[in-house]
Amino acid sequence: MALLKVSSLRKYFAVKKGLMIKPLLVRAVDGVDFSLDEDRIFALVGESGCGKSTVARLVLRLIPPTSGEVLFQGMNIFGFNGGALKAFRKSVQIIFQDPFASLNPRKSIMDTISEPLKIHRIVEKNRLKDKVVELLNKVGLGSDILYRYPHELSGGQRQRVCIARTLVVSPKVIVADEPLSALDVSIQAQILNLLQELKREYKISFLFISHDLRVVHYFSDTIGVMYLGKIVEYAKTEDLFGEPFHPYTGVLLSSAPVIPTSDTTHYAPRITHYASRLIQGEVPSPIDIPPGCPFHPRCPRRFEPCDKIVPELKEVDERFVSCHLY
Amino acid sequence: MRLLSVVGKRFSRNRLSVIGAVTVLLLLIISILAPFIAPYDPTATDVRHTLSPPSKTHPLGTDELGRDLLSRIIYGSRVSLKVGFVAVGIAIMTGVIIGSISGFYGGVIDAVLMRFVDMMLAFPTFFLILAVISILEQNIFTIMVVIGLTNWMDVARLVRAEFLSLKEKDFVSAARAVGVSDVRLIFRHILPNALSPVFVAATFGVAGAILIESGLSFLGLGVQPPEPSWGNILTAGKDNIEVAWWLSLYPGLAILVTVLSYNLVGEGLRDALDPRLWEAERH
Repeated sequence: MALLKVSSLRKYFAVKKGLMIKPLLVRAVDGVDFSLDEDRIFALVGESGCGKSTVARLVLRLIPPTSGEVLFQGMNIFGFNGGALKAFRKSVQIIFQDPFASLNPRKSIMDTISEPLKIHRIVEKNRLKDKVVELLNKVGLGSDILYRYPHELSGGQRQRVCIARTLVVSPKVIVADEPLSALDVSIQAQILNLLQELKREYKISFLFISHDLRVVHYFSDTIGVMYLGKIVEYAKTEDLFGEPFHPYTGVLLSSAPVIPTSDTTHYAPRITHYASRLIQGEVPSPIDIPPGCPFHPRCPRRFEPCDKIVPELKEVDERFVSCHLY
Repeated sequence: MRLLSVVGKRFSRNRLSVIGAVTVLLLLIISILAPFIAPYDPTATDVRHTLSPPSKTHPLGTDELGRDLLSRIIYGSRVSLKVGFVAVGIAIMTGVIIGSISGFYGGVIDAVLMRFVDMMLAFPTFFLILAVISILEQNIFTIMVVIGLTNWMDVARLVRAEFLSLKEKDFVSAARAVGVSDVRLIFRHILPNALSPVFVAATFGVAGAILIESGLSFLGLGVQPPEPSWGNILTAGKDNIEVAWWLSLYPGLAILVTVLSYNLVGEGLRDALDPRLWEAERH
């Protein structure tokens, strides 16, 4: 059984245009399915505004869905309350993109990290400090920052504090919403290594949200490519990088700068037929999603049915793709 | 904390605000130490020296019953400051609670509470206070409560606006994700970050409350003689303005200086706590 299973998840936001006028709907997440197994890393990739972060918030039950469900260990998380909800909060944690915004500026590091310990009564009061120091050491920080405030720390240190806060409750799943993109490149590598170490040590599953294909290639087991609120391709990492099926995945890979190494050369030639056609234009507004395949206005390989019929996500060679080419 | 020292530095750059702050502090000391500073008992009458002009024995003169004006003004400051602080305290408590709930929960709760705020704002406050005071018992406690309960709306709106933006912040989501309860989220996570505009509003609020109290006492609906308050001294001054100008001038000056000082402090605080200027400071 999958640890986390997301099925037909939808989230529409209403944009009010005034009294008596029918509100416009932003279809941020428009029917997303995926599953995450124990001790695995599932990456969700896509351009800004494709609904990745909304999926993260839904999976954490920070916002209610419009429809669909998220099953955690087989139970729908939107049905939880009381004790079950508290247990769920202990099992699934989140790391945000911006470590400046995700720490309370008026709380010291000690306060921030010890709070979940107090709420879930994980350790005795007199052992709080020891436990916090232990967690800080685990993420590569010293006890010297215990009584510092977030504004006194660097971006990398803050992100480590955020990671320590998620570890407090010994979670089974960590949702990492672009945890690297606000950091310097040198720091990115350190944080990525830290996440990998933690995964090895605690067997935590990750829902890793990113737009950085290099990181995803290196880190994840399976990948879902999102476009305008839908998953357009869903495959094992090697398969996806080996040969992208969906044209969107193709242009996405070809627009990422690839440094030829022994690791990357084996897939580089296969995507060259997209290379001359870098992705054109902007992502259409999720208020006004194009008819047919949402990608067709930008697609280099569109043909007859693309602007009329919405493609379904179908299984092709043990992977899933939603494109009329297959 | 470093934040406090930065705010202090920014505040002290505004000279007028510093003057205001010093005056406010001085007024506080005077009202606390009133029994030791005042040269006479503020209610002791002296029929031989009624309406005597300022002199060496009575620096600000005496009133129609021969009471020392300086002593009465010093004791009057106690009333003003007490009303100012307690009324603002009540206003802030009410405003913070209503504003927090409104901003945090949003939706129907927000709509209902904000329409209630609009309704309260639609009343001409001073006349509402007059009406309520004339029905209830006229003592300082009633005045404080009534002023407090008619002046919380601005605070509620400010706090609501802060909550609306703060509740979307990642640190709030992160706290929610670790299982922090709503009450704790509101009071321990969001509220401490929403207090800057409340401090500013409170400072202006003290000035406003002092003015209202003076007005009420002047009309005879506030603090009742013989207990001195700046407002009811002015009433006596009005009856004798042709023969005893000092009875109108000095309590009037006291009100002016006090209100002006609080407003100056409020303005200084508003600039010092402005987060946009704050950002500029850091870089």
